[in-house]
Amino acid sequence: MGETTSLEERFQSYVDGENKIEPKDWMPDAYRKTLIRQISQHAHSEVVGMLPEANWITRAPSLRSKLILLAKVQDEAGHGLYLYSAAETLGADRQDMVNDLLNGKAKYSSIFNYPTSSWADMGAIGWLVDGAAIQNQVMLCRTSYGPYSRAMVKICKEESFHQRQGYEIMMNLASGTPEQKEMAQEALNRWWWPSLMMFGPTDANSPNSAQSMKWKIKRKSNDELRQEFIDKTVPQAEFIGLTVPDPDLKWNEEKGQYDFGTINWDEFFEVIKGNGPCNKQRLTDRQKAHKEGAWVREAANAYSNKRASKSKSTTAA
Amino acid sequence: MEKDNWKIWEVFIRSKNGLSHKHVGSLHAPDEEMAIKNARDVYTRRSEGVSIWVVPSDQITASSPDEKEPLFTPSDDKVYRHPTFYEIPDEVGHM
Repeated sequence: MGETTSLEERFQSYVDGENKIEPKDWMPDAYRKTLIRQISQHAHSEVVGMLPEANWITRAPSLRSKLILLAKVQDEAGHGLYLYSAAETLGADRQDMVNDLLNGKAKYSSIFNYPTSSWADMGAIGWLVDGAAIQNQVMLCRTSYGPYSRAMVKICKEESFHQRQGYEIMMNLASGTPEQKEMAQEALNRWWWPSLMMFGPTDANSPNSAQSMKWKIKRKSNDELRQEFIDKTVPQAEFIGLTVPDPDLKWNEEKGQYDFGTINWDEFFEVIKGNGPCNKQRLTDRQKAHKEGAWVREAANAYSNKRASKSKSTTAA
Repeated sequence: MEKDNWKIWEVFIRSKNGLSHKHVGSLHAPDEEMAIKNARDVYTRRSEGVSIWVVPSDQITASSPDEKEPLFTPSDDKVYRHPTFYEIPDEVGHM
């Protein structure tokens, strides 16, 4: 017991000294568990995040926008893979994580349980959803666990393209015909509040945050990140003549930040519980994609087995 | 649910000729050929590399963090191995 305490104390002071923890270093079990949960959920979010956008690949309005969307969806797959790799360095098993997602046992970001009903949603997702993700991920570049931090650095570089291409879609629609502008406004109306919910419950209702901050897994609280995102995004909406759907939104001169309305947390917890508009569809689509890819995995296995047995027989001879 | 036995591979990328390969992460693949193909898709989507190495993770032997002291502290007190240890008059010029 005494020894455990001293190991934990040493770990904490190492982290307090802004040192990174690497896979083979000693770490408290709870630190490892928290990271495995957070990183695997993050990975699942990237993977499920492909689905709402894949919905528009075949209907992209131009070849240019189709190429961009394909590249973005491919990036999300890559991000999922970087993150699964990072979780594996903590001893998590890849197949277990994938199975947990397919079984519906694992959680992923609730934002992907909302439908993408118009092309403008591709703009709103890039601008707002990727924008909110970047806000969180820039902070995570400085997380105390080395492999997670390195994955985040790579992801942030790529996400910047995602946000800019999304804003460009919104910009083009907002400066188009009245109908196009209306499309952009309507997408902003639907995505604004769910994007704010991406940062998670308020600090008062986020019991695990304090420990994560102490271990420097997180560097900023949910509310801080949310506020920064709002302050950054509202002027971007104004610039293209769109209105943020919050009647209580007001610049607070004294605080130097925006005051904003109350978030509908009932909706947030309902979607987490599985009652969002698309929870079932996302899971079914993911299971279907996995099943339809089975033959590729089998073929790859068969081919590598064949090559292995061939090289064995050559060695034997 | 199914279990595959795809190995974990560590991926090293040379970003351009003249530089060393650098570790960039890992991935799963059934054999070395697929590992190279996957590495291309996962780690070089934006011209990050001109050459890829893949190594099965279980083939890497790593030093243990517990050995950090005996392995690395002996060099800490050998300041005379650094050029700044020696005082050379300015008049001598750059050396």
